[in-house]
Amino acid sequence: MNKNTLLALGIVAAISFGSAGSALAAEAGPQPPRQKWTFSGPFGHYDKQQLQRGFKVYREVCQACHSLKLVAFRTLGQPGALGFSEGQIKALAAEYQINDGPNDSGEMFQRAGRPSDYFPPIFANEQAARATHNGALPVDLSVIAKARTYEVGFPGFLIDIVRQYQENGVDYLHALLTGYEEKAPAGETLTPNQFWNKYFPGHKISMRPPLEDKRVEYTDGSPQTVDQYARDVTAFLMWAAEPHLEARKRIGFQVMIFLIVFAGLAYFTKKKIWASAH
Amino acid sequence: MSGSSNFKPKSAILQWTERRLPILGLMHSSFVAYPTPRNLNYWWTFGGILSFCLGVQIITGIVLAMHYTPTVAGAFDSVEHIMRDVNYGWLIRYVHANGASMFFIAVYIHIFRGLYYGSYKEPREILWILGVIIFLLMMATAFMGYVLPWGQMSFWGATVITNLFSAIPGIGPKVVEFLWGGYSVDQPTLQRFFSLHYLLPFMIAGVVVLHIWALHEVGQNNPAGIDVKSDKDTVPFTPYATAKDNFAMICFMIFFAWFVFYIPNYLGHADNYIPANPLQTPTHIVPEWYFLPFYAILRAIPSKLGGVIAMFGSIALLAFLPWLDRAKTRSAKYRPLFKQFFWVFVLCCIGLGWLGAKPAEGGYVIASRILTAYYFIHFLVILPLLSYYEKPSPLPASIADSVLGKQPAKA
Repeated sequence: MNKNTLLALGIVAAISFGSAGSALAAEAGPQPPRQKWTFSGPFGHYDKQQLQRGFKVYREVCQACHSLKLVAFRTLGQPGALGFSEGQIKALAAEYQINDGPNDSGEMFQRAGRPSDYFPPIFANEQAARATHNGALPVDLSVIAKARTYEVGFPGFLIDIVRQYQENGVDYLHALLTGYEEKAPAGETLTPNQFWNKYFPGHKISMRPPLEDKRVEYTDGSPQTVDQYARDVTAFLMWAAEPHLEARKRIGFQVMIFLIVFAGLAYFTKKKIWASAH
Repeated sequence: MSGSSNFKPKSAILQWTERRLPILGLMHSSFVAYPTPRNLNYWWTFGGILSFCLGVQIITGIVLAMHYTPTVAGAFDSVEHIMRDVNYGWLIRYVHANGASMFFIAVYIHIFRGLYYGSYKEPREILWILGVIIFLLMMATAFMGYVLPWGQMSFWGATVITNLFSAIPGIGPKVVEFLWGGYSVDQPTLQRFFSLHYLLPFMIAGVVVLHIWALHEVGQNNPAGIDVKSDKDTVPFTPYATAKDNFAMICFMIFFAWFVFYIPNYLGHADNYIPANPLQTPTHIVPEWYFLPFYAILRAIPSKLGGVIAMFGSIALLAFLPWLDRAKTRSAKYRPLFKQFFWVFVLCCIGLGWLGAKPAEGGYVIASRILTAYYFIHFLVILPLLSYYEKPSPLPASIADSVLGKQPAKA
């Protein structure tokens, strides 16, 4: 039994029990096409321009219904984030009204946001959100990029380990945002508040198609298309869900180099020690 | 079978201490002088790797507990707080979450190693049973740990698994209420799971001490499955086994790091990033991958009570293994038939794992039933029969002979 067999068996043992994540199947429908993302792979990093564009799309489109309550304004300027300056973040935070209090007279009050605040909720509570959306609940988007996936069959889910494919969530989101069809296929009926989406589990989605060409103005010359908007806002949501991704991959590479050198040294040490035993 | 304990520290202070508490001598005889069979292969390095896993889980777990809030309103957000605001919190949490999977990968390899080389046989029965107890404690710990982030799969996994106890005739519903601390999985459940999740790893550590104690009393089994007969058959633990364990452990860390740094959410469920919602059942409730074979057995039996009995039975059965397989030859190397059945059994377990992740419908159910039946037949029928009918091949005269290349003695 050499080391290769050992490692191979380790991998097989780990995975052959079936990827747990992949078991959460979208009931039917085509697989979301895999997109190219700057943050995939071992040297992945966010494209600051893209995150800023995506943030703009979020603010001008998604934010009408979807909150981002786990994200603090200050984090927009962290290393590996959108690259906003302190001043920009202060100005941005001040555009939001934050519920605070109680004050000395026992009253709750509204005040301008500060960098340490989190994106405020859009609706006072779930009931209010549902009431304005015909019963549907617009979900919070803070970790949405990690909270969605699609099923990858055998042997793809094994290959994904080696390829470091971890973009199931963002590929799904991009597909969802671009996957609306004009009308439902024959034999399917939609209520007035439902829309047909190729990639949504069950296909009948209550979110109206949120994007259309030229809806958000880009100043950096990027195409103002649904596809580009979907791509950018999805990248932004990936950052929102995983703000330390760049640090993780950078440290990971350092750890790998260290461990591989260490393993080499350990191997030759072991070999020398055992040489006298045979 | 402890090593020579003529250990004498050089410094006078340590000699003084040693006369009063011979702890250095104990360490020396256990981890330095302790004789290990010289033919051990890399499958024997997983004991050390498992100790490493336990250590990693305890250390990262203690740090996580400093930042985690065990309340239904705060648990999910506190985990996200760890991921976002705690210094290197993302690293600590991903190590802990993936560490659980790594722990199970290592323990499954360790268990199958024991099955292949007959490590459960006389005189290692108690050693083996202690191992089964550790495995059970690990499962309980992992299950409760998965509930703590209070995501959708945490909540519904906890609901499904605790509900199993309602199948106990008569007192079942009362038992479930007792486990929950109420009438559904709620705040008291989360809080007690947190408490127990913190406690159980230390109980595991305690049983691990017993496991190692028993191991050092009877000595390690080895790939030839024959007893140590002379000093020529062994090498001292340090430097030989230490150097080998060290190398294997670093290789394991590379595998571990791959998941932690590059695909940290691969082994988890996307649904667990959705906060728990008691009013909305996920489409498929699936346990973590390491429980899937047992989950398949549970669902294979048409009756709830039967399923629960079969699932717990499939683990409990392991404890009786030393008395089910009565063959004198330990190692599968010298048991041509057993060896084949071993690999069929491995495939059976992998198949059950795969089926555990599939919805319980149609052909999957039939396949689960066949494999579940085979799982039990392997232990209850095949192994006892093999003990009588199998003709083992000739064993080498000694461990030294088996490594140094002499022909097996004529039987």
